[in-house]
Amino acid sequence: MKKINSPQNKSLIKLGFLVKKPGMLSLIQDAGRFGTNNLGLTNGGPVDMPAFYWANRLLGNHLLTNKANSSVIEISLGGLVLIAQYDSQIAVTGAPFPLTINGQVKELWRSYSIKAGDIIAFGFANIGVRCYLAIKGGFDIPLSFGSTSTVCREHLGGLSGNKLQANEIVPYNEIKSDNNQLMLAEKDRPNYSNEAILRTVSSYQQHHFSSAQQDLFYSSKYNVSKHYDRMGYRLNGPTIKAGINGILSEGICHGAIQIPNDGQPIVLLNDRQTIGGYPKIGAVIALDTAKLGQLSRGAKVSFTKISIDEAQQLFHSHNELLSQTELIPCD
Amino acid sequence: MTNSLILTDIKINLAGENAVIIYFSEQVSPETCRQIKQAQQLIKNHFSDKIIDLVPSYASILIVYDQLKINHHQLQHQLKTLLANLIADKNSQDKKTLVQLPVYYSIESGPDLIRIASQSNISVNQVIECHSQQEYQVYAIGFAPGFAYLGEVNLQIATPRLTTPRLKVPKGAVGIADKQTAVYPSESPGGWNIIGLCPTDMFNANSAAVTPVQVGDTVKFNAISKQEFLSLGGCLPSKI
Repeated sequence: MKKINSPQNKSLIKLGFLVKKPGMLSLIQDAGRFGTNNLGLTNGGPVDMPAFYWANRLLGNHLLTNKANSSVIEISLGGLVLIAQYDSQIAVTGAPFPLTINGQVKELWRSYSIKAGDIIAFGFANIGVRCYLAIKGGFDIPLSFGSTSTVCREHLGGLSGNKLQANEIVPYNEIKSDNNQLMLAEKDRPNYSNEAILRTVSSYQQHHFSSAQQDLFYSSKYNVSKHYDRMGYRLNGPTIKAGINGILSEGICHGAIQIPNDGQPIVLLNDRQTIGGYPKIGAVIALDTAKLGQLSRGAKVSFTKISIDEAQQLFHSHNELLSQTELIPCD
Repeated sequence: MTNSLILTDIKINLAGENAVIIYFSEQVSPETCRQIKQAQQLIKNHFSDKIIDLVPSYASILIVYDQLKINHHQLQHQLKTLLANLIADKNSQDKKTLVQLPVYYSIESGPDLIRIASQSNISVNQVIECHSQQEYQVYAIGFAPGFAYLGEVNLQIATPRLTTPRLKVPKGAVGIADKQTAVYPSESPGGWNIIGLCPTDMFNANSAAVTPVQVGDTVKFNAISKQEFLSLGGCLPSKI
């Protein structure tokens, strides 16, 4: 009937990916929710920012000019299975998850055209924790406080303030594919391994840690404990003692390293609480929290101190590197 | 004279790659709270879109900034100049924002009232009076969206947190933890001593004013009846 095909009706029923299996933890994320920390809202956003960037760039989604079209699905640990209801184009980046389209094994770090009816399935990762599925034009998700990022604890973002559930539809716009595909050259892809050296700016209450305690912190190897998630990573290793027990609760920035009374560091990530009262010895730079966020229990971590000037230089040179890196046409 | 005192009290520390934290004092006080409120406005006006997030708290403000627009040295330098203005402005009268929050204090809505009363050797009514007579400063917002830490509670009714937190504290519960008091914005686990229920939304994503209070505001609780509580949209949970 004609009515059903009218544009008005079509806009009422949004189509996209039908979630066949939601996997362990699949979350809608854009770059993050900013400017609302003062309300007690955390930032959210992709833990592996470079992977998020590449997933979008492979599809020509503009990250800086238009935040709204950069919503992706962050797949943690794997197990997500989707059925496409529209034609479009996708790209998957991040940890080397087994990816299949209609049962055929596919490489990450490149774009693919998909057709209505295609089944996109993610296995479970052997190395790394998260990968990113982007769609041409971004997923069509309403903004809450300026962002689509899902923070389950706050019941905000995504489709319903929660991780993806079976039988939900993640909407996107239909795009007839042009078969022009792009890939990121292997040499330009991040490495995913079982260890990371985390470059750290000495900050906050660092003066309350003796030089012996600081030397111990920066020369030791830590293991990722079983408590690791989007809020933060608890580490196990040599005990670090602060010269103070607690502080007046204060704002916690991304990457801040808390040393609670048990002396085991916690690196705080995207979904951290906005304020807290544990002493902090420093903060890991964003380039390296992206690596930390791909580690799982037992992975080895160490910290290396850098100056604020070095940290900001690294940020700018990485940005420059990204903008100079060319994508390669592929079929 | 007092001006230079304040100057030496304010410290700017590095927080992260694109974040600094300003410490106004080592202690909580209404005066520090006023300074923070004022400084927050100055920083917002001066840096505008260079700021990504501002997190005021008890005695500090965390500033997260956009590295593409300003670097660490520029920010530090401009902040110092800016905070000198704050000092000069010290005696300018800030307009006080007083937010009144209705509370249904009762045994059924405040399961810890009797214990607080007996510990302090006063009546339940005296606990209620003590809590509702005073004006409180909003020192920080955090822990959960819209959770405002208010202080300071009269020592007579200041009570340490429960040794075992409740698994479920209802939305609107008014609690005391040591010298702090707060309203739970939504149902959550919690260890504060519950003395009543507030029907006002402390966090409403769909409202123009998402939270009724901001850091630096003043709050006063007004005792209301069960009838008033219900007519204001309050909801009595079956069990607290």
